[in-house]
Amino acid sequence: MPRWFSPAAIACGVLFAASPFVIANAPFESDLGLVQKIFYYHMPSAWMFLIASMVCGVASVRFLATGNYRHDRTALAAGELIVLFGLLTLVTGPLWARRSWGTFWVWDARTTASLVSWMIACAYLILRRYGGPGSEKLAAGLALFGMANVPFIYISVNYWRTIHPPTSVVPTLPFSLGFPLWYCVIAFLLLFVLLLKLRVRVEEQQARVDALYLALDERS
Amino acid sequence: MMRVAWLILRKDLTVEVRSREIAYTTLFFAVSCVLVFAFALVREGRAPEDGAAGILWIAVMFAGNLALGRTFERERQSETLRALLLGPAPRPAVYVGKLLGILALLFGAELVLVPLVALLFQARLLAHPFWLAGILATGTIGFAAVGTLFAAMLIRARSRDVLLPVLLYPVTVPVIIAGVRGTAALLQPELDGGIVRFWLALLVCFDVVFVTLALWTFEPVMTD
Repeated sequence: MPRWFSPAAIACGVLFAASPFVIANAPFESDLGLVQKIFYYHMPSAWMFLIASMVCGVASVRFLATGNYRHDRTALAAGELIVLFGLLTLVTGPLWARRSWGTFWVWDARTTASLVSWMIACAYLILRRYGGPGSEKLAAGLALFGMANVPFIYISVNYWRTIHPPTSVVPTLPFSLGFPLWYCVIAFLLLFVLLLKLRVRVEEQQARVDALYLALDERS
Repeated sequence: MMRVAWLILRKDLTVEVRSREIAYTTLFFAVSCVLVFAFALVREGRAPEDGAAGILWIAVMFAGNLALGRTFERERQSETLRALLLGPAPRPAVYVGKLLGILALLFGAELVLVPLVALLFQARLLAHPFWLAGILATGTIGFAAVGTLFAAMLIRARSRDVLLPVLLYPVTVPVIIAGVRGTAALLQPELDGGIVRFWLALLVCFDVVFVTLALWTFEPVMTD
């Protein structure tokens, strides 16, 4: 592991352990009250969900173009993180929506696009797990199509209506609300980088072990 | 390239005309789907509003899934896809040939499905035949463009029968949304040309993007 890994892991643990206190100290939002605090975990996990999707898509395209397995390992690690952070987003979102919109789920552009991207990521992992040998390339093709899909879902559902708040609210937040948000974003970003690194590392070791077994078989 | 695609299409159609296996099984399956929905949803002769649009597209999707699976299973059993890929033909041409074969089958199925759905759900599907043909054609091309690529690449994978719908349905969600919404717009008593044109334009964009992507991906994905 690189030398920065352990200090970063400790820092991440401390940030997450302290995050309930930071969030509890933030002022109450007048309309939504306590439920608004879900936002401090919902939005960072949604951003990591988006970043993981982009990492997976770009790594898959590079793997298809070059055939270098380094990119494939990154894509797989990012694929698992899409499912993880997507699940966090999809669980925290409805909890907030129940209070804010009065219903758990609304088929608007953002929720539909998130749900479908999450399903494509699940399909990606299913293909990697049960596709047998050679499924890396097929999975990379799937990731490419999954990435190209998102704008279409956005346009098609936006044509009905959208009630999800736009991201433009973020820079307008006052410091007292913005500080806990950016604090959580940093904690989640650190967690994302650490998990990605760890997962790529596991895959690298796995590839090395496989290569050793192969070499052993050839010798005997 | 078009000549190779045409030759592959002709070969597929010749095989199909002799056995008629895929056409009959696909059509029968799609018709039984529609019947199941009719039993489930039509109460005392009244069908749910807009239901016909959704059911037509579900039947097309299920039929497409079956046709895609069978078409490539046939190529796999006798290892003929390998022979096709070994031949001195550009890979994208092989893809286009297979895609045209699937489209021919699905268009044939739609010719039966549209009147059947219109009859069972008392929907005014045939009120604007040209708009309906446009939406069905573009939607089917989008669905089949992704489906042909996925079915071809899954040919070497384990448990391919299960994986095809698992991969194909989430990816084709926008086509289905646009197809269903566009068809539902045609069922309204007053036709709003703007709405129909919007969904049709979206389907055309989808077709262009996904056929281009599939042509580019087919080569690296089908190379060992």
